[in-house]
Amino acid sequence: MIDHILSILIFFPAIAAAFGFMIQKDSIRAYGVAVSVIEFALSLWLWFAFDSNAAGMQFMEQIALVPAFGINYILGVDGISLFIIILAAFFTMIGIASLTDTKNVKNMIITLLFLQMTMVGVFAALDAIVFYVFWELSLVPMLYIIGAWGGPLRIYASVKFFLYTFAGSLVMLVGILFMAYFYFQATGVWSFAILDWYRLILPETFQLWLFVAFFIGFAIKVPMFPFHTWLPYAHGQAPTIGSVILAAILLKMGTYAFIRFSLPLFPDASVFFMFPIAIIAIIMIIYTAMVAYAQEDVKQVVAYSSVSHMGVIVLGTFALNVEGITGSIFLMIAHGVVSGALFLLVGVIYDRRHTKMMSEFGGLASVMPRYATIFGIMLMASVGMPLTINFVGEFLSLLGFYQQSHILTLLAGIAIIVGAIYMLAAYKKMFFGVVTKEENKNLPDVNKRELIALVPLVIITIWLGVYPKPVLEPINNSVESIVQLMHDKAISQEAKSRIPNLVKEIEITQTSIEEAH
Amino acid sequence: MLEPINVSLESLNLMTLAPMLIPIVGALLILIVDMFKSGLHKTLYVVLSMLFLLMDFGALFDSAVMFAADGTIMGVFDVMLIDGLAILSQFIIVGASLLFIPLALTHKRFHEFSYPEFFALFLFMISGFQFMVATDNLILVFVGLETASLALYTLIAMHNRDKSFEAAVKYFTMGALAAGFYSFGAMVFYALTGSVEINQIATVLAANNYADIGFVLIGVVFMLASFGFKLSIVPFHTWAPDVYEGSSAAMAGYMSIVPKIAAFIVAMRLFEFLIHSGVVWLEVVLYIFVVITMTAANIWALVQSDVKRMLAYSSISHAGFVMAAILIGTTQSNSALFLYWIMFSFTNLGSFSMLWMSRQKHLPVGQSTDHSYDKFAGMIQTAPVAAVIMGLFMLSLAGLPPFALFWGKLYMISSAVTGGYTVLALIMALNSAIAGYYYLKLIVYMFMKDPVVGNDGHVYVANATLALKSIIGFAAVGTIFAFVALNPLLELITAFVYKSGY
Repeated sequence: MIDHILSILIFFPAIAAAFGFMIQKDSIRAYGVAVSVIEFALSLWLWFAFDSNAAGMQFMEQIALVPAFGINYILGVDGISLFIIILAAFFTMIGIASLTDTKNVKNMIITLLFLQMTMVGVFAALDAIVFYVFWELSLVPMLYIIGAWGGPLRIYASVKFFLYTFAGSLVMLVGILFMAYFYFQATGVWSFAILDWYRLILPETFQLWLFVAFFIGFAIKVPMFPFHTWLPYAHGQAPTIGSVILAAILLKMGTYAFIRFSLPLFPDASVFFMFPIAIIAIIMIIYTAMVAYAQEDVKQVVAYSSVSHMGVIVLGTFALNVEGITGSIFLMIAHGVVSGALFLLVGVIYDRRHTKMMSEFGGLASVMPRYATIFGIMLMASVGMPLTINFVGEFLSLLGFYQQSHILTLLAGIAIIVGAIYMLAAYKKMFFGVVTKEENKNLPDVNKRELIALVPLVIITIWLGVYPKPVLEPINNSVESIVQLMHDKAISQEAKSRIPNLVKEIEITQTSIEEAH
Repeated sequence: MLEPINVSLESLNLMTLAPMLIPIVGALLILIVDMFKSGLHKTLYVVLSMLFLLMDFGALFDSAVMFAADGTIMGVFDVMLIDGLAILSQFIIVGASLLFIPLALTHKRFHEFSYPEFFALFLFMISGFQFMVATDNLILVFVGLETASLALYTLIAMHNRDKSFEAAVKYFTMGALAAGFYSFGAMVFYALTGSVEINQIATVLAANNYADIGFVLIGVVFMLASFGFKLSIVPFHTWAPDVYEGSSAAMAGYMSIVPKIAAFIVAMRLFEFLIHSGVVWLEVVLYIFVVITMTAANIWALVQSDVKRMLAYSSISHAGFVMAAILIGTTQSNSALFLYWIMFSFTNLGSFSMLWMSRQKHLPVGQSTDHSYDKFAGMIQTAPVAAVIMGLFMLSLAGLPPFALFWGKLYMISSAVTGGYTVLALIMALNSAIAGYYYLKLIVYMFMKDPVVGNDGHVYVANATLALKSIIGFAAVGTIFAFVALNPLLELITAFVYKSGY
């Protein structure tokens, strides 16, 4: 069974969702929780069985789908995708567990389970077409969640979300087809397998064009400035559960795809575009931080801060060295946990007051002390305080990019401080001072169901902030192999020098050890 | 005194006519049955038609096996040409007709199906289309085309509504004009080369090195215009939305598939050799037609307020998309054409059947068209299964993986990439994104809006019978599980297309 664990992880929720249609309305929540707990347990089993010392793909499965055109159902997991898969299972679980009373709860849970299938599929796929199938399919459940349970502008927001991402990924599809065609020209067989593509060395001009095609697809998903305009709408209108999954998992698809596709396939182009992308990332960090500061709506603050942190992830990715990429993958997980938690927290207050305007609150710390504490911890994590989960990722990402450019790193560092300002200001507006509004005087504190969702997140935030090794180590091993691959594949001198050669370093250390003897 | 011509019967290879003769025999039989006893129920005729179509399918299967073994078969003084293209397209024609004819078994009684002539004409039409694709003789193409078209005009007019007559007359007028263009084009080619067989024309033109390029271009212009009408290529598309609106939804779905594949095959036979022999002008014009058809039809579809008209424009756009295959002209692109059209026939027939199932006998008050978007508002709450299936068809038409049409799009764009048409590939991809919007609009109405007051969901299944449901179920299953059948299908298509030399 462990040989097919990835297929099980993908299709178990989908099959469970299909069976879910038979279940009576009142019992559906229990069913959803049960299914997602099993799924989470399976993902933990995957972690347990995962060999953290191996750098390559594990638990690979391969079934021929369309051999005439080189499309195969290939799955596999390495240190990069492992934790995002676990995160996806985890967030679906707490998302369903903490689901507050919604209309048509049955449809919602079935949709969430379908969404889980697509999320796990994206991160486990090792064939570009299979990847694309899950990537596109993930839009449909999210469209429905935003469009059916969202706020007043929900239809506009959901359609905008869908069309933006759809258009971007179609350009990516053309890129995928080109890549397969180049592979066909080089070897005489069609193949969409990513591991086959890794062996292909492309001329630099081809790399540049293909990089752009893939970049458009990924950048819209991340979303990078200036393609980010769909995100505030999506977050603003989506129900809590939608925002949580969107911020925690769906956005990670873009940054994950950068590391899985763009970097190893086009190392020279990655170096060529390193500074432009870094500048976009920094604009994204600073600009969205400033926009966040101007927001009246606490959910928009969280949404823009989430975009801002995605900028740091992109920056770390394009540091193109082990520290930066490891940091950015760790930050993906951290950002998932923290921004997911913040959206859940916003959902808590929205359920009580049915407003998200910060001016409506004030002095909540005295009314809801537990809520204020948890919010405070998550806010500190979001700001990147040491000993919280975000700090590790941000530090590593910036450390990685520091080796490429001092000034840009410094700018990014400053931007993170700006991030602290708006978050603290928002916290001040909501929690400190005296209670001015009559309605806020008797708000109930967080209840058990919400605590079930929030406490594990707090524990993870602090645990991985203090001791990130169990997660960092497998990530690091896989990233090292990718960076080495990039270095070996790079053609231009510039790229060779920007991307470190890990083998040589090991040799040097070995010789120095020998000299020492 | 002339010598009597001695032709041995074997050399005529009369078996090549079998697939076309079967529906003709069927049609005649239906007429005879009606002559002896009139007023029989439509179920009899539906089942009879299905039986003959199944026999037709069997005969096609037989010729497919023969083709796979011995290659192209000629027959009847070399007029009939049974090659891979002919066989594949006949499979699509007969297969789509098999899916269409049970749609006559509606719950409500509709006027046109009570006439046995409807079914006789239908079978005549099929044999017309079959003749059209199974020859490279321009005259036989013309005969097939006219047989099929005249039958089709009548079938449209039989749907007894004011708009149906308008539609039929409009289609007839445009069709007659197209036929005129066609015969004029054929005449030019005959005058140039002394032959009406496409391969002869190609040989003669190549032999004198396209000396009369001016006249060739005139011939091409007429041909292009005539196929433009038949394929509803922009700017010859103006009849299409009105005709679709006037005919029944089932007939509209059928019209978006079968006549077009027949026209595509003839266009492929004729234009392929012209493009390959470097008639640059044709390439440029086709390129422009393809791009404009895709894009403009998509934009018009955006602003429609009736689902059927939207689907009409969308099928124009799909036709433009597929027309690109003829422009690219590689084995892969021609295979992609067939793959796309097979996938498209499932999905499109499915979605038109959903409309057909919800067809009311009379328009309710305050509703100006049969299938306005408002009618579908909040369908998920009143008729969830129907809404999910309709949503599925829309997603497939939009090209969302892993549903049927995605694979057609994938292979088609890939063939553009392989053929060196990078910009075209990008335009095709972006057009799919534009198209996403109007398919999504229906999904938005169905899943995210509240139903109109007084709509209890019965309207969506007003016409449902077991036959309709099974057809829709079949289309839905085909749409979802297309990827299972993809590999054998692709191998078969590629082998057949390659073996026919395209």
